[in-house]
Amino acid sequence: MRIACPFCGERENGEFTYLGDASPERPNFAVDGRESPDRVEDAFYDYVYLRDNVAGVMREYWYHGGGCRSWLVAERNTVTHEFISVTAAPGAGAASAVRAGE
Amino acid sequence: MKYSIFSLARAALSGHKGWTRAWRDPAPKSRYDVVIIGGGGHGLATAYFLAHEYGIRNVAVLEKGWIGSGNAGRNTTIIRSNYGLPGNTGFYELSMKLWERMEQDLNYNTMVSQRGIINLYHSDAQRDAFARRGNTMRINGIDAELLNAVQIRKELPFLNYDNARFPIMGGLLQRRAGTARHDAVIWGYARAASEGGVDIIQNCEVTGFVRDANGKVTGVETTRGRIGAGKVGMAVAGSSSRVAAMAGLRLPIESHVLQAFVSEAIKPLIPGVITFGAGHFYVSQSDKGGLVFGGDLDGYNSYAQRGNMPVMEDVCEGGMAIMPMIGRVRMLRQWGGIMDMSMDGSPIIDKSPIDGLYLNAGWCYGGFKATPASGLVFAHLLARDEAHPEAALFRLDRFRRGAMIDEKGQGAQPNLH
Ligand SMILES: Cc1cc2nc3c(=O)[nH]c(=O)nc-3n(C[C@H](O)[C@H](O)[C@H](O)COP(=O)(O)OP(=O)(O)OC[C@H]3O[C@@H](n4cnc5c(N)ncnc54)[C@H](O)[C@@H]3O)c2cc1C
Ligand SMILES: [Zn+2]
Repeated sequence: MRIACPFCGERENGEFTYLGDASPERPNFAVDGRESPDRVEDAFYDYVYLRDNVAGVMREYWYHGGGCRSWLVAERNTVTHEFISVTAAPGAGAASAVRAGE
Repeated sequence: MKYSIFSLARAALSGHKGWTRAWRDPAPKSRYDVVIIGGGGHGLATAYFLAHEYGIRNVAVLEKGWIGSGNAGRNTTIIRSNYGLPGNTGFYELSMKLWERMEQDLNYNTMVSQRGIINLYHSDAQRDAFARRGNTMRINGIDAELLNAVQIRKELPFLNYDNARFPIMGGLLQRRAGTARHDAVIWGYARAASEGGVDIIQNCEVTGFVRDANGKVTGVETTRGRIGAGKVGMAVAGSSSRVAAMAGLRLPIESHVLQAFVSEAIKPLIPGVITFGAGHFYVSQSDKGGLVFGGDLDGYNSYAQRGNMPVMEDVCEGGMAIMPMIGRVRMLRQWGGIMDMSMDGSPIIDKSPIDGLYLNAGWCYGGFKATPASGLVFAHLLARDEAHPEAALFRLDRFRRGAMIDEKGQGAQPNLH
């Protein structure tokens, strides 16, 4: 399996570390105590523990530790290991730089 | 046919032409009391115990390929009960005890070989952790011995004791651990379950669930037609999320690939199982002489049943660190298996939130050694609708309740368990 880093080009996957599914979003509740604890608990349970675990195309986080040390988001087929796209993770240093036109 | 020294002698005298098939190959009936999805070790053991321990004989095991074509036939066959956490300690010891009498129970040679496992340690901290685990085991009546480097040298003189970075300081030994012949375990359970009346139906993939008006599962849709069921038990190893999704259920599980390797055959060298504690490498020697070894997961979600090169390199480096002489041995084969990696590294054996659907899932890396106990406790759950005492902590809601069984202390990160 080779991963095409948008900054470094195609490298073998031993240079990368995997974080996991990029889809779950951290729940964001106002800290005013008005949200029901059950809803908060449900949302965090879902975020921390439950996964779609798709057999097919999945969005996932990879870290290019053996290269540019950027966080990346890849679309990859979990059945064939084929990569559909690899882009800089939103918010990561290099990604903000690209957005800023640097 | 009951196998014995006489049946063997009789067959030998008649040129081994009289052996009959070991289990029946029936067409699926329209309804069963219990339908088990998955003809791996866990599914077949469950069916065996349902019939022989709980008297429920109207049972079918549905397997999409051939029985044992999943992880049951892809693992490195290590059995042990050296676990340290409540929930795991008793459960795996129950399994060890069932391994010890399996051949008598099944009237089948499953080649259970209690050759011992030595987990090497390479630092003071690791020794303390192993001492603690060994003590936990002994308090629970399980055998464990903490060895120092001098004692290890007597057992395993060929290891590299001069590694400057990862010196071998000692190891935790469980003498009752060892290996079993994985295919024979499958065939032994299949034969005994079939004799107990269980229908084993191969080439029969479950493609959906049949639900009644209240949402209760009342059967399954399969590639060989609809089959009704009083209860449906899932024991599909690496496919749990996919099968549960057909019932609209999301699980605290990811699917990951683990590779295994076999070398060319060499003379007897390795007496038991050895694991390298500073990296991840484990090895045993098969009866045919091949070294059977493996290491870490590939690290990313996969359903591909094949691995990638970086892990191969890493595993071989681990092997070279403790046994440099295997550098001269050629690797013959490599393969991958897809496993459920749960969020705390421990299994889930529980009723699902859907009436009529029961889960046996999340076995991660170590589910082969669990095979007999998994079958027994899952059969108990299906027969009695309550958890077996030794599986009472393997609940699905433990994540929500904060009652994880996190043997490795890695948190909710499946690829690290
Ligand atoms: C490389 C490797 C090495 C391992 N080494 C060890 C070890 O040394 N010791 C140890 O304790 N554990 C080990 N394990 C883990 C162990 O093999 C598994 O945890 C265990 O075998 C899983 O249970 P099982 O035998 O029932 O699974 P499986 O044999 O995988 O059974 C599940 C079955 O379900 C079937 N199935 C799936 N979906 C459907 C469907 N929709 N309809 C019908 N059937 C379906 C599959 O075809 C499969 O046959 C290893 C695993 C791997 C991959
Ligand atoms: Zn890069």
